[in-house]
Amino acid sequence: MAYTQPHPRFSVLSASSLSSAEHLSPTGSSARFSLPSAPSINTALGTPKPISRPNIYDRNLNKTRTTEVSASAFTFLFSEVVQYTQKRVSGINDLERRLNTLGYRIGTRVLELMVWRAESSSKAPKREIRLLPALMSVHTQVWRAVFGRPADAIEKSVENEDEYMIIDNDPPIERHISVPRDMNQLSCSSFTAGVVEAVFDGLGFPARVTAHHTPVQQYPSRTTILIKLEKSVLEREEVLK
Amino acid sequence: MAIFGLWVINKAGGLVYQRNFADGLAQLTSNEYLVMAGTLHGIHAITSRLSPTGSSSGAQVIEGESFKMTILLTATGTKFVLLTSLAETVAEPVLQKVYEAYADAVMKNPFHTPEMPIRSEGFDTRITALVGSGQP
Repeated sequence: MAYTQPHPRFSVLSASSLSSAEHLSPTGSSARFSLPSAPSINTALGTPKPISRPNIYDRNLNKTRTTEVSASAFTFLFSEVVQYTQKRVSGINDLERRLNTLGYRIGTRVLELMVWRAESSSKAPKREIRLLPALMSVHTQVWRAVFGRPADAIEKSVENEDEYMIIDNDPPIERHISVPRDMNQLSCSSFTAGVVEAVFDGLGFPARVTAHHTPVQQYPSRTTILIKLEKSVLEREEVLK
Repeated sequence: MAIFGLWVINKAGGLVYQRNFADGLAQLTSNEYLVMAGTLHGIHAITSRLSPTGSSSGAQVIEGESFKMTILLTATGTKFVLLTSLAETVAEPVLQKVYEAYADAVMKNPFHTPEMPIRSEGFDTRITALVGSGQP
């Protein structure tokens, strides 16, 4: 029997993204940015339900108390993200790079939202221009915005002066992930590294950020986010001193 | 009172997880465990159709002279089977906790293939923490 309709799981994507891309995107391409497709999901599924809740885009950006996301729902989503990505890559490095890219897209939004929340009501809005306060704000503010708590430690590399590390003893996105032994160099926190990289790039501190699994006896899933800053950043720091 | 072993049977009747905790049961080869699980799957399917009063979720406890097996059937057809001594009272709550651990450490793990044998360190750790103490 021939399919009269596309598979329901794909129809959401194909129908909604196509139609909204035509309407909203001047270039007609939706490859880089996902477009809002919430209203068309219902029609694509064929069950037109009356929407009683306010649209997510109409909500107040500054209200954070009731806008937390279910950790379970996110873990299932992230699990699918990893599986989807894993099917399309050739190796662990490639997988980490792709997770990093996905995180980067979140990081750019996190930075924008954080600055808006912290500085919009301030009479003298400011932004971090020095390295250490920027690192501290990532360690505390970004982690609190994304994971609901500050990271556990922040360290400076002894060997290389352009390297800093943010340490999370129990990264929430990896809480239910057991990496098989043959892939033990993989750290799914590359996703978090992407978020951090975007925030540093956005603040004007270009850096290469990677994630490494560094377990200790007490914290088996301890993860180090390694930030390798570009030379220009350190040179500027010298001038600002 | 003792918990002897835990089986997880997928919806097709395949044994995807098997672990022994205490001595007391006959040691079987992995092939024999597979056969036992498949047989239990069949028996369970029969019991679910025997009910005189309409639909039934099938056998929940099967008791022998020296041990009993408690079966938890989930909404998706996965079965958790706990082999315990007759006096064990915590079998049902333990199975609920096992189900919870399964949902967390197996289903949320991107490196697990559904319906395939469970090889997840996280699940092993959770089960050890759960049954190792013998308390739910």
